[in-house]
Amino acid sequence: MNQASQATLARARDANLDWRELATRYRVLLVSAFLLAFPLVMPFTALAINILIYGLYALGFNLLFGYLGLLSFGHAALLGAGAYFCGIAIVHFGMPWFAAIAIGVLGGVITAAAIGALATRTRGIYFAMVTLALSQCVYYLFYQAVDWTGGENGLRGINVREIGIFGISFDFINPMTRYYVVAGFVILALIVLSRILASPFGAVIEAVRENEERARASGYNVTLVRLITFILSGAFCGLAGALYALQLSTVPIEIMHYETSGLAVMMCLLGGMGTFFGPFVGAAVFLMLENLVSLWTVHWQLIVGAVFMICVLFFPRGIWGTLTMRGKS
Amino acid sequence: MAGLTLDLIALQLFTGVALGAVYVLLAIGLSLIFGMLTVVNFAHGAFYMLGAYAGLFLMTQGVNFWVCLLLVPLLVGGIGLAVERVLIRPLYGRGIDYPLLLTFGLSYVIVELVRIGFGKTGYPVDTPELLQGAVDIGVGYFPLYRLFVIGATAVILFGLWLFLERTSFGLIIRAGARDPEIIRVLGVNVRRVWLVVFGLGTGIAALAGLLAAPLQGVIPEMGGPVLAEAFVVTVVGGMGSLLGAVLAGLLVGIVVSITSLFAPEMAKVSIFALMAVVLLVRPQGFFGRAGLMS
Repeated sequence: MNQASQATLARARDANLDWRELATRYRVLLVSAFLLAFPLVMPFTALAINILIYGLYALGFNLLFGYLGLLSFGHAALLGAGAYFCGIAIVHFGMPWFAAIAIGVLGGVITAAAIGALATRTRGIYFAMVTLALSQCVYYLFYQAVDWTGGENGLRGINVREIGIFGISFDFINPMTRYYVVAGFVILALIVLSRILASPFGAVIEAVRENEERARASGYNVTLVRLITFILSGAFCGLAGALYALQLSTVPIEIMHYETSGLAVMMCLLGGMGTFFGPFVGAAVFLMLENLVSLWTVHWQLIVGAVFMICVLFFPRGIWGTLTMRGKS
Repeated sequence: MAGLTLDLIALQLFTGVALGAVYVLLAIGLSLIFGMLTVVNFAHGAFYMLGAYAGLFLMTQGVNFWVCLLLVPLLVGGIGLAVERVLIRPLYGRGIDYPLLLTFGLSYVIVELVRIGFGKTGYPVDTPELLQGAVDIGVGYFPLYRLFVIGATAVILFGLWLFLERTSFGLIIRAGARDPEIIRVLGVNVRRVWLVVFGLGTGIAALAGLLAAPLQGVIPEMGGPVLAEAFVVTVVGGMGSLLGAVLAGLLVGIVVSITSLFAPEMAKVSIFALMAVVLLVRPQGFFGRAGLMS
């Protein structure tokens, strides 16, 4: 493309600058502002914290599914490893909270590297099946390591009562403080994700999704790109898992369950895959729906499953994706 | 390890084959559906569970076990037909992930509906009277029912082979798996073939659930772990290959039962270790991506 046409394009882009593009440009700022005000409008802070944590989990999943185009059904293993590593660091080694969170991220990274190394050897449709099978394997391993993980009873006793940031001690039992600590980590993750997506590597990720053959022909090692993205995704999910452990002060074995993997898929698709805001929108809608439906029936999974199917059939772009596409076409 | 004799290992081998028979039936349905429709059926475990519950329900209504063997696959296969026609058909041509996601959502709905109908707790299922007890198979006494599962699977496989190899509809299915475009040009209604294949696959899954019910009882969540294990079988055998599904299913069953003899706590993990080895050595599986019957 020559310079003149590039300049024309740039001008055209500026002319059409609408709310969507502005939103994309200031995406981290926007989400951060929203997250800071969010608990003030929520009826329960606990729900708001859950939305943050699951939103972060869905965000990690979205990096793989939405941006790279790989459908994983094994992300519960990454979230669970983060939670267990963080919990074990506190319960068995008495580590301070910030070190435990770092260990949690490491747990997500290690598990992602192990699963990813095997799963990225497969192509296409195998990937979903292999990740599901391997996460089931991780589930059994953690289930059986009773001495470390508590097995069926879950890991208990992750009691962090207060946390010190730059010498100031905060009361971690207070839900609002807890929310803003978690929000701080989530915003940090958002900045990192935004940087990744804006980097040349981010462009390669989307290139692989759009046309694998062409990316390979351009000299990129597609398998390696996939593995690195899977590991990055594991880091985000590991962080979400660590925050989950701190928030719940226990790690139930169900976190590694196959249904937790499905949760990421549902939230991501509900919100809009491959969009920056989608995972949080999806997590918020999903958890609020779950809260609302479970008020009048214990069978909320029926509603959730049906809503998800309707979403797949009629709104594959998800809520955020559908909203942003409406004015464009 | 003192009590380990060759006979014991041989017996455990038979147990493995019986366990593998259930995997074979599950994987063959998955493979059949994938080979034709390129749909990975994530609701396959739910259909398996549905088959077990349908059998339990019919038997409490006084229906004979042997009649159930006929009714259950027809019933659940019929549900499968409706699912393909109403839910999956609109998604053809929209990318391989969408039918997968849809069937995933569907599995939630099916499991929850069963919970509503039968409650959250599981039930034991009685072994049919005629098949109770054990028989001497040379190396020791072996439960008759497990022997029956092996035999029934062999009969189903033989029937399926006859259907695919010796009937004109089977010919269309095999051709459709190779190249749906050509058989469409030849005037075959491919959509109808897909419909039948989905019904057939889900029917076989239901039969697997019914056969497994007396071995392990029924519970609404029984389809989840089984789905993961069936995926391992299809990955090891090669997706879309029926022969691969049979061999890999038996292999997985044998590996599980032999591991549980030496290290019971590693039995579940051994399945995935096997898959890891196959992925490292031969990522496409034993018979991956060849024609449907090759």
